[in-house]
Formats: sequence, structure tokens, C-alpha cells
Amino acid sequence: MSSLIAAARSFLLLEILKGMGLTLKYLFKPKATLNYPYEKGFISPRFRGEHALRRYPNGEERCIACKLCEAICPAQAITIEAEPRPDGSRRTTRYDIDMTKCIYCGFCQEACPVDAIVEGPNFEFAAETREELYYDKEKLLSNGDRWETEIARNLAADARYR
Amino acid sequence: METLTGFFTSPMMVELMWTVAQIFAVIVPLLIAVAYLTLAERRVIGLMQLRKGPNVVGPFGLLQPFADALKLLSKETILPSGASKAVFVIAPMLTFVLSLVAWAVIPFGEGMVIADVNVGILYLFAISSLGVYGVIMAGWASNSKYPFLGAMRSAAQMISYEVSLGLVIITVIMAAGSLNLTDIVMAQKDMWFFIPLFPMFVIFFISTLAETNRAPFDLPEGESELVAGYFVEYSSMSFALFFLGEYANMILMSGMTTTLFLGGWLPPFDWPILYLIPGPVWFALKVALVLFVFLWVRATTPRYRYDQLMRLGWKIFLPFTLIFVVLTGGVLLGFGLLPQ
Repeated sequence: MSSLIAAARSFLLLEILKGMGLTLKYLFKPKATLNYPYEKGFISPRFRGEHALRRYPNGEERCIACKLCEAICPAQAITIEAEPRPDGSRRTTRYDIDMTKCIYCGFCQEACPVDAIVEGPNFEFAAETREELYYDKEKLLSNGDRWETEIARNLAADARYR
Repeated sequence: METLTGFFTSPMMVELMWTVAQIFAVIVPLLIAVAYLTLAERRVIGLMQLRKGPNVVGPFGLLQPFADALKLLSKETILPSGASKAVFVIAPMLTFVLSLVAWAVIPFGEGMVIADVNVGILYLFAISSLGVYGVIMAGWASNSKYPFLGAMRSAAQMISYEVSLGLVIITVIMAAGSLNLTDIVMAQKDMWFFIPLFPMFVIFFISTLAETNRAPFDLPEGESELVAGYFVEYSSMSFALFFLGEYANMILMSGMTTTLFLGGWLPPFDWPILYLIPGPVWFALKVALVLFVFLWVRATTPRYRYDQLMRLGWKIFLPFTLIFVVLTGGVLLGFGLLPQ
């Protein structure tokens, strides 16, 4: 008897009709898609995007060339050269990040004692050539200037979990 | 000059021109319908999967098919060195042409048919069966493993389901009493055939899914094991021809379903007011409805296994349709309902 019922069920295509009812219901549901370039998703304050070198409010660059970031970088993407400035403070003469090597692990910003190198919220920095992704100190500092408000806000939001 | 105008105004020539104009009047809307069917497929399936589907190119993505066509046209046509060139080139043309010529006998409205032949349904069935040659030629001429396996699957599948398709058509012919498609539509004036022949309607629809290699019977192009099936080696325009042919076939099969079961160009009720809307509009609406079900099924069902496909075709559909042919014949004869 049960096999008869099963046969009748399969002959009447009940399961398929049930499934088609479900897909028809989904046709009218609100969609999950974000209309990307016009609509963007939420980004966590901890998001690790494009790098930036920050400055103090008086305009002095934060980096003291301790090279901890260079040492901890697992992809060896960071290259730093440093020498004392005429006023005696120790600063970098060269600070390069090869963005094609970087794995965005965030170790550099964790290692930094003065919050100089950070990974900001920007992730839309695709380029057409490799050369554009070899960032130098100038580029990183300009990133810092451009994203300072967002970076400062994110650091403040995340500070109590550190 | 005199002889030239005489040539162009001769009765034979005028008739020829008129036929060519009719053909264009069918093919141009058909190709536009194919283009928008690809868009509709992506949109409908997208919506059913909680996505939006292509909506960037043009308003609501309406220019997407043309962007795709341009992309395909700008690509290189590759002839594999191992392929047998002539057959390789002819196969996509054959598929495409066969999907178009079948439209010659489909009636779009009262008397609106290019060739009102008396064996229209046989012609239609023969042409749709020939479609398998394009597939086999493509698979064979590519001289490569995946296309060959895909073509074998496709051929076996199309032939298996043609058997039950043919038997379903026989029940329709018995009920209508004619092989002429216009007469078959007119026989549905009182009641569309999908009501008395409902099981046949369902089987016909499922068989057309298999016949056009659509989900859940799309094993010939099973991505996971055969890459793309019989057209793996094709690129650019020859690929586009296969693609167009496949979608034109879908529309053709929907047109066939409409003509045989859904009353062709007839409005759903025999009310005079509904006849104000011209027949081709009703026909197009019904075809669109059937096509939507095609897409709907694709969004719902997973792919069949090959042995399941064959079992369904030979062990279930074939005996069932056979019994139904006998049953229909018996009922028509016994109750004296045979059409004169």
C-alpha cells in the first residue's frame, strides 16, 4: 500500500510541484543583492584595507623607523631605509610597500608602537599596472591624509577591545 | 530596363517577394525574442535565487543581450587543428537553420502562416528530429573527448524522448482529426486540448525539456563533467549560432506546445471582446508563459543522472503514452467523438 502511495505521489509530480511553488515564492521575495558601485555593504572598524601612514595633528609624521613592521611582515612586502634628520630625530628616508605581495594580515599595524602604519577602510584601489601598486612613502602619507578621519574613527571605535 | 521591370512585376516574382517578406516578418521578431529570452532567463533565475540578475547595461539591463552579442562577435573563431573543418563549420549553421525553418508551418493567427501545408505537424516533428544532426556533427567534427561524449548523450536523449513526443502528438492528431496545424488549433475552439489530454500535456512539456536539453535534462552540457558538452570547441560566431539555435528551439517547442495544447492563437474564452486582441498577441503571450515555465523549472530542479533520464524516457513515458494513445482512441471511438 505504501509503495502504491509513493508511486501515486511520484506520478502526480507532487514533490516537483512543491519545489516549484517554493521557487515561485522566492521570485517575489526581497533580493539580497547590493547594487555595488551605488550601494555598499557595512565595513567593520577592524577592516584591513589599503595601507596609510599617519601624521600627528601638528603635521609631523608618526613613523619613527623602528622597522618592527618590516620585521614582522610575513610576505616581506615592506622595505624601510632610515637615517637621522638634521634636527636629530630618527625618520625614514624610504618606506615602500609592495601591495602585490601584501597579504593584508594586519601584523604591521599591530606591531607599530606609534600607530603610524595602519590599514584603512579603503578597498577600491585596483590599478591597471603592477607599478601603480608599488607604494612609496609619499603615496602612503597622502593616503594617511586622505583617510585620516575614517582611520581615527575606526581606531577609536576599536580601542576598547585592544 | 523594360525587361527588368517586367521581371520584377511578373506574378512569380511578386509571390516570391511576398514570401520573403513573410519570412522576415517571422524571423526578425523571433531573433529579438531569442535575445530577450537569454536576458529573461538570467533575470528570472536570478530573482528566484534572491539575486537581481543583469540590470546595469541599459535600463533594467535591456541592452545586455546586445552587449553579449557584440562581445561574442569581437572574439576569434578558432578551428581546432584536429577538427574536420567542413563538418565543424556546417554543424552550427545546421542547428541554427533547422531551428528557424520549422517556423514555416506554425500558425500565428487565422490564416497567418507562411506555409499552410496539410502535414504541418509531421514537418514540424521531422525538423525538430533533424536537430540532433547538428549536435552529432559538432561533437564528431570537434575530434575531442568532451564534445564527443556530450554529443552522444545529447543524441541518445533526444531520440529517446522523441518516441514519447511522437505518441503524444498522435493523441492530439486523433483528437483533432487533422495533421494541419491550423485545423488542430481550430479544433480547440471549444476546449483547449490540455484539459481533456492533461497527462499528455504534462508529458509533452517534460519531453520538450529533454528534447531541447534543458534542465533538469541538461546532461549533454553537464558543466561539472563535460565542460560544456558538444560545443566545447566552438567560439565566437559559431558558438553564438549554437546558442541562438538552442534558444530558438526552446521558443519553437513552446510554440508547438501552444499550438497543440493551449489553443494556438485563440483567446482563453470564446468571448467576442477577447477577439479584439489580435491572434499573434495571444500566441506570443502563451509562448511566453510556456517559456517562463521552462526557466522556472530550470531554477527549481537539479540535474538528472543519465540512467534516471533513460529510465524515465523508456520505462515510464513510453508505456504511459502508449496506454494513453489506446485509451484516447478507445474513448473517441466508443463515445462516437471521432472528429469528422
